[in-house]
Amino acid sequence: MTQSAEHVLDHFELFRGPEYQQMLANKKKMFENPRDPAEVERIREWAKTPEYREKNFAREALTVNPAKACQPLGAVFVAVGFEKTLPFVHGSQGCVAYYRSHLSRHFKEPSSCVSSSMTEDAAVFGGLNNMIDGLANAYNMYKPSMIAVSTTCMAEVIGDDLNAFIKTSKEKGSVPAEFDVPFAHTPAFVGSHVTGYDNAMKGILEHFWDGKAGTAPKLERVPNEKINFIGGFDGYTVGNIKEVKHIFEAMGIEYTILGDNSNVFDTPTDGEFRMYDGGTTLEDAANAIHAKATISMQHFCTEKTLPFIKNHGQEVVSFNHPVGVTGTDAFVMALSRITGKEIPEQLALERGRLVDAIADSSAHIHGKKFAIYGDPDLCLGLAAFLLELGAEPTHVLATNGNKDWAEKVQAVFDSSPFGKNCQVYPGKDLWHMRSLLFTEPVDFLIGNTYGKYLERDTGTPLIRIGFPIFDRHHKHRYPVWGYQGGLNVLVTILDKIFDEIDRNTNVPAKSDYSFDIIR
Amino acid sequence: MSVTEKQSVAEIKARNKELIAEVLKVYPEKTAKRRAKHLNVHENGKSDCGVKSNIKSIPGVMTIRGCAYAGSKGVVWGPIKDMIHISHGPVGCGQYSWAARRNYYIGTTGIDTFVTMQFTSDFQEKDIVFGGDKKLAKIMDEIQELFPLNNGITVQSECPIGLIGDDIEAVSKVKSKEYDGKTIVPVRCEGFRGVSQSLGHHIANDAIRDWVFDKLPADAAPRFEPSAYDVAIIGDYNIGGDAWSSRILLEEMGLRVIAQWSGDGSLAELEATPKAKLNVLHCYRSMNYISRHMEEKYGIPWCEYNFFGPSKIAESLRKIASYFDDKIKEGAERVIAKYQPLMDAVIAKYRPRLEGKTVMLFVGGLRPRHVIGAYEDLGMEVVGTGYEFGHNDDYQRTAQHYVKDGTLIYDDVTGYEFEKFVEKVQPDLVGSGIKEKYVFQKMGVPFRQMHSWDYSGPYHGYDGFAIFARDMDMAINSPVWKMAKAPWKQAPKPLLQAAE
Repeated sequence: MTQSAEHVLDHFELFRGPEYQQMLANKKKMFENPRDPAEVERIREWAKTPEYREKNFAREALTVNPAKACQPLGAVFVAVGFEKTLPFVHGSQGCVAYYRSHLSRHFKEPSSCVSSSMTEDAAVFGGLNNMIDGLANAYNMYKPSMIAVSTTCMAEVIGDDLNAFIKTSKEKGSVPAEFDVPFAHTPAFVGSHVTGYDNAMKGILEHFWDGKAGTAPKLERVPNEKINFIGGFDGYTVGNIKEVKHIFEAMGIEYTILGDNSNVFDTPTDGEFRMYDGGTTLEDAANAIHAKATISMQHFCTEKTLPFIKNHGQEVVSFNHPVGVTGTDAFVMALSRITGKEIPEQLALERGRLVDAIADSSAHIHGKKFAIYGDPDLCLGLAAFLLELGAEPTHVLATNGNKDWAEKVQAVFDSSPFGKNCQVYPGKDLWHMRSLLFTEPVDFLIGNTYGKYLERDTGTPLIRIGFPIFDRHHKHRYPVWGYQGGLNVLVTILDKIFDEIDRNTNVPAKSDYSFDIIR
Repeated sequence: MSVTEKQSVAEIKARNKELIAEVLKVYPEKTAKRRAKHLNVHENGKSDCGVKSNIKSIPGVMTIRGCAYAGSKGVVWGPIKDMIHISHGPVGCGQYSWAARRNYYIGTTGIDTFVTMQFTSDFQEKDIVFGGDKKLAKIMDEIQELFPLNNGITVQSECPIGLIGDDIEAVSKVKSKEYDGKTIVPVRCEGFRGVSQSLGHHIANDAIRDWVFDKLPADAAPRFEPSAYDVAIIGDYNIGGDAWSSRILLEEMGLRVIAQWSGDGSLAELEATPKAKLNVLHCYRSMNYISRHMEEKYGIPWCEYNFFGPSKIAESLRKIASYFDDKIKEGAERVIAKYQPLMDAVIAKYRPRLEGKTVMLFVGGLRPRHVIGAYEDLGMEVVGTGYEFGHNDDYQRTAQHYVKDGTLIYDDVTGYEFEKFVEKVQPDLVGSGIKEKYVFQKMGVPFRQMHSWDYSGPYHGYDGFAIFARDMDMAINSPVWKMAKAPWKQAPKPLLQAAE
């Protein structure tokens, strides 16, 4: 017996004890009908080969370890960014349990959302009664200022009509007639969580700007000098929105963050549970129609929202998740151009500090090869930053990236001599990435938590940037946008590089001549 | 923090009843009437907890429940390690359930083992319109090519599959034939079926019956020489290694565990189970169906056991041994005696730090009752409990063997109710899941995830109890909770802001 009260062994160590090792070996030999170890080894080696890569890339139907989630997750993410807004998912309840878990596991925060709990009867007769009862219950229990409705694949397959259902629910008195219930159809079999973000954001703006589903006059745009900002689906929303506000304030720009969920995913532990915290006020959401321009930080999260806004008479500008000096330069210069405000010395200083840090450290990154996967915009931002550091973003992969995205990534490659041997992979998954890492190895991998399996299998060190990050804590509190965010990304990359150098040089009397204390 | 300490049972009952009346006030009348049936105060001597259960959740409330897919893929089938489980439908379900239950296993992932992978048919609009059967057939071919050492395939249906009328059974049969009788199991676990995970467990059990047991040739030679002491562990998902710290005890008492369901399980073990002399059942809710089936069809008795905390472990080891001869009975006593010093040391260390502390639980289908004994071993008291997806027989077992007079009972509790209950009862610890964790921690209430062991574990068995005791101590006595209120803000504030 290895366990003791004095020094309680966790599962990390407990099962390494001889009695457990013996037990597990016996289980395998006697009862599991195991494959011949030589055969396992042969297949393991085969799965590293170009031949396997070819078969793997010839896949047409199977998806293995995709780097994307489904639409409704993005819709829930948007909804909680508005003041006292309760996300309401029309469909079966299990989905909502998953969205709430997924967001809580990443942010280490509560995630509040209700569903209309549709079951077999709703599948046959439609979910209207679920909507009528559900809105009434949610309204009475959680006293929201707004309920933002989205759908699951179930409600979409049976063809429930949200506009009509919400109207009927209001007629039945579920919520007052003037109560705000914006909606978006977000089928899980179209696009991904970034599509859901787009649809939900558009749905909310459409509600406020275009007459609240026929219950109010459409708003007349009276242009003002404000700027709207849309962050897109962003695992760093807590740190990033704060950084973006800092930039706006430094420039003296009046702004509205649309879907500002930076507080609801960052509430304090002080004896209170804040189900709603912060968020764009409903008044601001409505008044956003009058803004001079809307800036989207993630183009592929706002492909429908931006044309909608543009049609209401505003200038729209979009970026692809800019990271680093050039990306942030473009962002602040766009702000300056649109508003006529000068870029203050303070931001120039911050910029200079990031350039200083890059100058001090880029020698360690220069020429290194990276593989990146994640959401389309994030991949673009990171690839551009790596090129700026003199690194090669050798494989750039987005399961939810399309042909347009691939062209944009190629353009980024083409903008730098370091992009010469780089490849872009739209629509591929992490099992494709596994083949790439074996057949065309790189020095480092950048991506979310699921990359740890790739790190284990291929030995490529993983730098965790993306969503979700489940197995490291509090990364979302640190911005990756703005000059300060660029510094954070730089340090994250450098830390891994130095850790790897130390790991590779720490064998006494063998490799430790390079085990340096000064770098 | 325990405000319950100095109250009499009668006072506690009165308070709990008042509390129930209070939470019901927030609902519209129809909803209040329905929810009232799920809330109660336990009365000593009653045969169940006096609540309705396994009924559809109310739309628009924050239920903690999941769906049938979660019950089948996430719980029953997912941990079977040498099979590939296709999440058939859109991408989300597989993504959110990817490795989330920490079903530990030994194997070469991606080569002969596949638990921590996400295989999906990633349905697109055209698959909804034209149906997904052809795609499913192609997926199986691609699996055979890229993962040749898989021992079988299951198809875990997501919502659209049933709605668009795909014939996954036909595809499975055709492909199984094509691959020389390969085990391919279609599972109709669409998320809209039933009221919670629970139906998914049942459907998954039935799929094992129909597509594994019933396909076995009657004259198949066993892969091993049967013995008089062969048992199968049923309903342990090996979260954090639970089934391993359980298995070792059964083997130490002289039994031979020929199969584990389903944590660290394999197809061969499923197939071997009808050869067991006794099925020992931990999670009654999720696997009583297949245990009953094996009793009826193969004459294998089954016995429930509880491996949380030394009292229940000892009771269970003796109960299991009672099905066997003196050799095993002596073995059980030997095992109990062997671990007694460890248990004494664990309790001596942690009980003084936990004595008198109160706990409120809300978990899935077995832990709302099974862990009560472990808390009591540490001198703690469970003052409120309820099931996410329990049935009436779970509440019977709870009433007859576990809860004390006056315990607050809440079936399929809503987020609102749970927050109100905790605010008023002020327990020293709440044990529930990830969706509840941060809500209560924000309130300054210590919390442990009692689905996933908060990424710790194992909690089963004697080795697991040491970890359990350590974890409860670290949760309750962590210095952080003293810091939750700023020293310059001493006046107590309401715990719940949102619903005021």
